[in-house]
Amino acid sequence: MNTMLTRRGFLKATSIVGGGFVLGLPLMGSAMEASLVGSAELNAYVQVRDDGKIIIYSGSPEMGQGIKTSLPMIVAEELGANWDDVVVVQTPEVDTERYGGQWTGGSYTIYLNWNLMREMGATAREMFLAAAAIAMEVPKGELKAEGSRVVHLPSGESRSFAELATLAQKQPIPSKESLVFKDRDDYRILGKAVSQVDSLGIVTGVGDFGIDTQVENMLYGCYLKCPAVGGKIVSANVDDIKKLPGVVDAWIVKGNGNVRELMDGVGIVGTDTWSVFKARESLNIEWDESEASRDSWTAFAEFARRVGDTSSNVLINVGNVDAAFNNPDNKVISSFYEFPYVTHMCLEPMNCTADYRPGSDGAKDHLEVWIPTQNGPRFQEMAKQRYGMEKDQLTIHIKRMGGSFGRRTSNEYVIEAIELSKLSGKPVKLTWNREDNIRYDFLREGGFNRQRAAISPEGKLVALEEHTVGPAPQGEPSRFNGPNPGAFPFNTMADVRGSLTNYRMDTPVGPWRAPYSNTHAFVSQAFLHEVATEAGRDHVELLIEMMGEPRWLNNSDWRSMNTGRAVGVIKLAAEKAGWGREMPEGRGLGFAFYFCHAAHVAEVAEVSVDGDQVTLHKVIAAVDVGPIINRSGAISQVQGAIIDGYSTMAGQKITMENGRVEQTNLDQYPVLRIDQAPEVDVHFIENDYDPTGLGEPALPPLAPAVANAIFAATGKRVRKMPLSDEGFTV
Amino acid sequence: MPTYTLDINGKRTEIEAAAEMPLLWALRDKAGLTGTKYGCGIGQCGACTVHIDGAPVRSCLLPISAVDGSSITTIEGLASNEQLHVLQQVWIDQDVAQCGYCQAGQIMSAAALLKQKPKPTDQDIDNAMSGNYCRCGTYIRIRKAIHTAASFYNASTATGEKDAEVQA
Repeated sequence: MNTMLTRRGFLKATSIVGGGFVLGLPLMGSAMEASLVGSAELNAYVQVRDDGKIIIYSGSPEMGQGIKTSLPMIVAEELGANWDDVVVVQTPEVDTERYGGQWTGGSYTIYLNWNLMREMGATAREMFLAAAAIAMEVPKGELKAEGSRVVHLPSGESRSFAELATLAQKQPIPSKESLVFKDRDDYRILGKAVSQVDSLGIVTGVGDFGIDTQVENMLYGCYLKCPAVGGKIVSANVDDIKKLPGVVDAWIVKGNGNVRELMDGVGIVGTDTWSVFKARESLNIEWDESEASRDSWTAFAEFARRVGDTSSNVLINVGNVDAAFNNPDNKVISSFYEFPYVTHMCLEPMNCTADYRPGSDGAKDHLEVWIPTQNGPRFQEMAKQRYGMEKDQLTIHIKRMGGSFGRRTSNEYVIEAIELSKLSGKPVKLTWNREDNIRYDFLREGGFNRQRAAISPEGKLVALEEHTVGPAPQGEPSRFNGPNPGAFPFNTMADVRGSLTNYRMDTPVGPWRAPYSNTHAFVSQAFLHEVATEAGRDHVELLIEMMGEPRWLNNSDWRSMNTGRAVGVIKLAAEKAGWGREMPEGRGLGFAFYFCHAAHVAEVAEVSVDGDQVTLHKVIAAVDVGPIINRSGAISQVQGAIIDGYSTMAGQKITMENGRVEQTNLDQYPVLRIDQAPEVDVHFIENDYDPTGLGEPALPPLAPAVANAIFAATGKRVRKMPLSDEGFTV
Repeated sequence: MPTYTLDINGKRTEIEAAAEMPLLWALRDKAGLTGTKYGCGIGQCGACTVHIDGAPVRSCLLPISAVDGSSITTIEGLASNEQLHVLQQVWIDQDVAQCGYCQAGQIMSAAALLKQKPKPTDQDIDNAMSGNYCRCGTYIRIRKAIHTAASFYNASTATGEKDAEVQA
């Protein structure tokens, strides 16, 4: 397995005020794979305070995935800390030299930080042991760190970390090679259920969300762009707007045409959020839409149905698919699947507070921003390119995000806030209203997929073909559609062909929880159930057969699938769900396995259908992501992903006509409610593989599991999302 | 601009605002109480739930002029005498939140439910809580937390027994 991190320089111990102990570990990510967005420079701190509190920094942004709790748990485990003594602090600034990557995404954060966090904890632990050996005049080998103390095992005497801190910081820094990490059996923190570190702030209303930022002399702002992306502003009645109550100023702003930076628009600032929201209703803007989006969902769908059967644009062609399809002994089946565009719908709207302070008397300009973002370093780079701001001119506060799901990987709302601050000469908190969040999103791709399979007389799946019809955003190839040779079941088969037809799309698209997999799992795993049914095979038995011998499918890639682990979760889910049991009329079980984000996940959905009314009673999930870090957070992520998956498949659909997104608010875009939420039982298979992330991979199998359960209950195939488009009510 | 006098979390508060300004924005931008959240602005998501004279309301649609003289409780005022409301304590113990943005509204709706029905059924929870969206999907834990809180609930103080053992 690749080590993604190499050490640069020495570990530095620095004294801080009050005799505390600071252990700095400057490490640099060097071998990042090209397919990962950005680079991941990783770093963290351990500080021990005189009062016994252990400060552990968390560098990755928190958006509800629990990373602010789980990464410090790893450090605390190796350190030998008592979790109750730990205080977790978000790194106070973006400084990748000092703190490392400071981004989160792709469910990579746990995996990419696993060794680094263990090293941080173990390095500090060894220095405490060395200090205790001196202080207690005993051999280091007789000492053990646990419960925030160093214990002398033969005598039972002990010293606290706080007592040892000053001496510990003077000890030589152990080499990385000398570090020994704990065995899983010895874990005291990892694998336990821990409430997330910000729980108290959340339940008392003093959480750290970006939208709650308050700065002295701050104005409140909004920013309106053309509803059809790419529209250029011709004129606007900003002089009328300026006279409205609560409005301080308003401007026409020219952008640079980059949707991830600044598009043309009108900015309004005022004394409170409501005044600027109210004022915008009186805006009259003339747009030049000659180069704006003309996107039409209706036209995309008509195009896809016309060209959907085949394509000459073959991107994957392995083995001899035609021989299998042309063999008259084989049964050939084919189905056409559809899935819509969807929006992120983070409950906390896009927002940013920016304070651009021009320098005077030869001093340089300074920019201070409070951003809920998945990627602070990316913004830092933007600030340099766009405003020429060097690091010492920037103060960046990374704020907790009220949901993100991939949305806040783009930072254009930050640029909008900065522009308004520059124009007004004041700090500005920019807030998008709900309609802006839908209108100006980077959508999850909608698309179309023709699946074709050849089934041998023995009931084996012998060849598979898929043809995707999907968008080319702004005319460029997409990262999120087209055939993927590493995706199941292509990755287990000898004869496969995948092709792609693109249509031009101008509405921006972007990563949305489990990109690609969130729709490919639906198409491929619902179709696999069609194959099983046509072959007269049990779905689970067919899946196990397809996995073959236990093996890694690609030894050089840690994100590749392991067929043994796949079979493990498939069998566990089947067992826990009582797969194969007799179901009453109108009730059915549906199965799906999928592999993505280095996680093996199998889910069984139990559904009943009464007329057109679908009820999802229960979902059983079996998950292998290696050892579990925070059991509470892990269960929560799986349950949440399953409910999110169901919410999305139930009734969510974004359409656009004449370049305009048609849905405006939550009354036209249903989010699942508590009375519609299923029970979810989560089962983990734990082992000694390195742990991987859980923010995304439990979502993709849900939709096919439900689709397959509806078939089991009714005999009706679901080949289209959302379910409301198939005539079902949830 | 008119001035309105409200009792917010037990404190007499004067707010100068346009008559039609929704209570939500008066709380957040005028009173500096940002615990109450903006989600949709159309009363659909429940993130802005507060109590007015003890009853749960969506503050995003309610003009401040309509609540002049009212007694308002926000999430910041739910704990009393330095002690968390039992729901807040159980929410922490059972690690209910994911992103946490909707949870102030969830807790305010649940607190109003417990006041009315100290031992709510699943159906009661569905009825009282279905107007509070959770984009992260924490509904399973919300339901369990309400049941747990109900088992400790003391209607007169709205706090749980101090030594109550709460299982994660």
